[in-house]
Amino acid sequence: MKARVTITLKNGVLDPQGKAIHHALEGLGFSGVEDVRAGKVIELDLAEGASEDDVDAMCRKLLANTVIENYAIEMVD
Amino acid sequence: MKSAVIVFPGSNCDRDMASAIESVSGRAPEMVWHRDSDLPAGVDFIAIPGGFSYGDYLRSGAMAARSPIIAVVREAAERGTPVLGVCNGFQILTETGLLPGALMRNKSMHFTCRDAALRVENARSVFTHGYDEGETIHVPVAHHDGNYQTDADVLDRIEGEGQVAFRYLDDINGSARGIAGILNAKGNVLGMMPHPERAIEKAHGNMDGRRLFEGLFEKVF
Repeated sequence: MKARVTITLKNGVLDPQGKAIHHALEGLGFSGVEDVRAGKVIELDLAEGASEDDVDAMCRKLLANTVIENYAIEMVD
Repeated sequence: MKSAVIVFPGSNCDRDMASAIESVSGRAPEMVWHRDSDLPAGVDFIAIPGGFSYGDYLRSGAMAARSPIIAVVREAAERGTPVLGVCNGFQILTETGLLPGALMRNKSMHFTCRDAALRVENARSVFTHGYDEGETIHVPVAHHDGNYQTDADVLDRIEGEGQVAFRYLDDINGSARGIAGILNAKGNVLGMMPHPERAIEKAHGNMDGRRLFEGLFEKVF
């Protein structure tokens, strides 16, 4: 079992990296983008018996900083 | 009197910090490795230095904030021991939750290394009483993730409680309300992006950082 954790910045939190990507896209002539937000994906290869609750605890304790970030967990077979 | 400097893999201002402490207090601090589960007995002051602990992986300061020694630093902070986090040390203190908010990538996306003019906003803490309130001091900054952010309610609260210790006079990194350094509610934990340990001796160009350590050691030791 694998878990895929997607970490994104909360709404309203300034995202300099997303802004830089947006500018770069515009520089390449892609005008159809309103906004860019960058996040990260962490894939966990889970040991037997590890549950989604365990992954949730990992997110709260280390993987995400809930002051500025949201996370979503997807369990993948 | 005894000081401790916490050393992580990737710390690179630990010796600058030790040198500053020794220069001002006359006694070298104990260097404490991040895997240690105890501080030396009788430590009266803890410094968390700058650098790139764990290569800034995941988030700056995230891994270091979960290391064994930090649990002990947290207990000491809760007992009232002064704790100073500079640069990566500030990032670690926010990641531990000892200080509110988070330090994000500089608004410019560039690493910024320059002298920064700061206004002393709170000159009543153990760390800042050597300055005058409203005074302008100059302290170098060198960081990529110094953009202090938190929500408006927390900003209002820390401003109202006098927890903003230093504010940039120029926009250095995009920090909310120009915040360069903050105190915890009790005033015994200070996190700041500028490096006071790099403004200690004449050869550094100015000695404004020295006064922070002088004031602190006068109160603590």
